[in-house]
Amino acid sequence: MSGNSGDQVAREEARLAAALRSREPPPPCPATGPKIAVENFSASFDGAAVLRGITLEVCPRERLAIIGPASSGKTTFLRSLNRLNDLSPAFSMSGRILIDGQDIYDPGVDVAALRRRVGMVYAVPVPLPWTVYENLAYGPRLAGVRDRARLDALVESSLRSAFLWDEVKDRLREPATNLSGGQQQRLCLARVLALEPEVLLLDEPCSGLDPISTAKIEDALADLRSRYAIVLVTNNTKQAARASERTAFFLMGELIEVGPTVQVFTNPAHRRTSDYITGHFG
Amino acid sequence: MRASPRLTQAASLGLMWGLAAATIGVLAFIIIYILAHGLPHVTWGFLTESPRSMGREGGVLPMIVGTAWVAGLAVVIAAPVGVATAIYLTEYTREGRLTAVIRFGADCLAGIPSIIFGLFGFVFFVITLGMGLSIVSGALTLAVMVLPTIIRTSEEAIRAVPQAYRDVSFGLGSTRWQMVTQVVLRSALPGIGTGIVLSIGRSISETAAVMLTAGSALGLPRTAFDSSRTLALHFYTLSREGISMPNAYATASVLILAILAVNLSAYWLMRRLAAGGR
Repeated sequence: MSGNSGDQVAREEARLAAALRSREPPPPCPATGPKIAVENFSASFDGAAVLRGITLEVCPRERLAIIGPASSGKTTFLRSLNRLNDLSPAFSMSGRILIDGQDIYDPGVDVAALRRRVGMVYAVPVPLPWTVYENLAYGPRLAGVRDRARLDALVESSLRSAFLWDEVKDRLREPATNLSGGQQQRLCLARVLALEPEVLLLDEPCSGLDPISTAKIEDALADLRSRYAIVLVTNNTKQAARASERTAFFLMGELIEVGPTVQVFTNPAHRRTSDYITGHFG
Repeated sequence: MRASPRLTQAASLGLMWGLAAATIGVLAFIIIYILAHGLPHVTWGFLTESPRSMGREGGVLPMIVGTAWVAGLAVVIAAPVGVATAIYLTEYTREGRLTAVIRFGADCLAGIPSIIFGLFGFVFFVITLGMGLSIVSGALTLAVMVLPTIIRTSEEAIRAVPQAYRDVSFGLGSTRWQMVTQVVLRSALPGIGTGIVLSIGRSISETAAVMLTAGSALGLPRTAFDSSRTLALHFYTLSREGISMPNAYATASVLILAILAVNLSAYWLMRRLAAGGR
C-alpha cells in the first residue's frame, strides 16, 4: 500500500496512544460496592460450556469494555446479565450474579422488572415496525406508564441522551424503519434509555455502522457514563480503548484478564491479551 | 442441435403466459357465465322478498340472512380458537410430540371431505347435543371444518414475525403475554386476517355440510336455533330439482358477489390495519 495510508494508520495509532496516556486510571469502586458482581459464573448450552468460572465486578458509573475473539462467550456473558439467555431452553448456569447485592437468578426475581433495570442494545438495530414514537414509548408503556405528558417527556429526554433528538424531532410519527442505520441504532439506544435503567448492556452496537455514526454512539456513551454502569462488548479493540474505563479480555469462555483500559492496552498482564490487541490472532 | 438460450427463454415465457392466461380465463368464464345468466334476474325484489312456491318465484332474503348467520357465527367461533391454538403452538411450547400431534391432526382435519363434516355435525350437534337442524348446528360444524385453515395460516403468519422482535420485546421488559399481544399479533395480523377471510369464503360457499346440519327451511330465521337454508344450498336445490334455472343463476350471482364483497372489504381492511400497524 502507499505510504500515505500507512502514515494515516500511524497517526491514528499515535492519537490513540496519546488518548490512553492522558486517561486517568479509573477510581476504585465506591464504598457502596460494585453495581454488578459476577461470582464464579459458568454457563452452558445443551451441556457445552460457553462461560467458565467468570468473576468480575462492574462499578457504578463506569464503562467496562469486553473484548475477545469470536465465540469467546462475550455475548453470552452480556445476555446473562439481564437473563435473556433464559429464553433458550438449552441454557443452564451456575455461580452467582449480584446487582446491588441481590442475586438476579434468585427464583423470586421478577425477570421483566430486571430487564427494565438492565437495558440491552443489540448488535443489529431492530426497530419494531412502528413509528419512532411508538418504539420509544413501548418500554415505558409495558412498565405501566400511561400518562401522555410523561411519555412525551421520556421520549424527548431519551432521544436527547442518544444524540438523536435534533434529527428526528419532526419525524416522531414516521415509521422507524425509515431512519438510516446509524439513526436506527441510536433509536435502539434511546429506546433502552426510555426505560430509565440502571445498567446499559451494549452488544457490538457499532458493528454495522459508519465511522460518523460510531462516533455519535461513543459520544452518547461518554455522556451516559455519569448516570449508568455500562458494559460494552466490542470486536473493535480501538473502540474499547476509546470508550471504556476498564477492559476485560475473554478467550474461549474464560476471563483472561480485567483491568484499567490503559493498563490492558499498554501493559497487559498476559501474553495472550497483548497478542490479541496487537492483532496476532482473533 | 441445442436450442439457443434465447429461444428457450422465449418458449418458457410463452408457456407460462399461456398457463397463467388459462387460469384467469377459466375463472373469468365461470364468473361471467353465471353473472350473465343470473344478474338480469337479480332485482331489488329478489334480494328483499321471501321465496314463494319453493323458490320458483319470490326472492332469497331468508337465504341471505341465513348465510350471513351461519358463516358469521362459524368464523366468530373458529377464529379465536384457531388463533389461540396457533399462538400456543408457536409461542408457548417447544417443538415436540404434542405439537406434532396437534399439527398432524389439523392437517388431517383439513383433508376430510365436507360431507363427512356434515355427517359428524348431524350426529353430534343435531342429534346428540339436541340442537336440531339449526343455524347453531351449521355454524359449529363449519367452525370445526375451517379450524385447520385458520390454525395453519395463523401459524405461518406468526412464524413469519422476525425472532429479533421477540428478543427486543423481552429485552424491554415485556412478559411473554405482552410480547405476543403487542408485538407478534400486531405484526401477524394481515396474515391471520387472510386465513380468516378464506374461512369466511369457504363457510359462505359450503353446501354439503350445512345441508345436513342447518337444514333447508325456507322461512326467515328468527333466532340462531331456527333452521335456515343458505344461498349455496338454495342454488343446489333450485338447480338439482329443476325448480327454476333463472332463479338458480340469480342465487349463484348473489353468492359470487357476496364472496367478492367479503374478499375486497377484508383486503381493504387488512391494508389499513397493516398501514396503521407501522
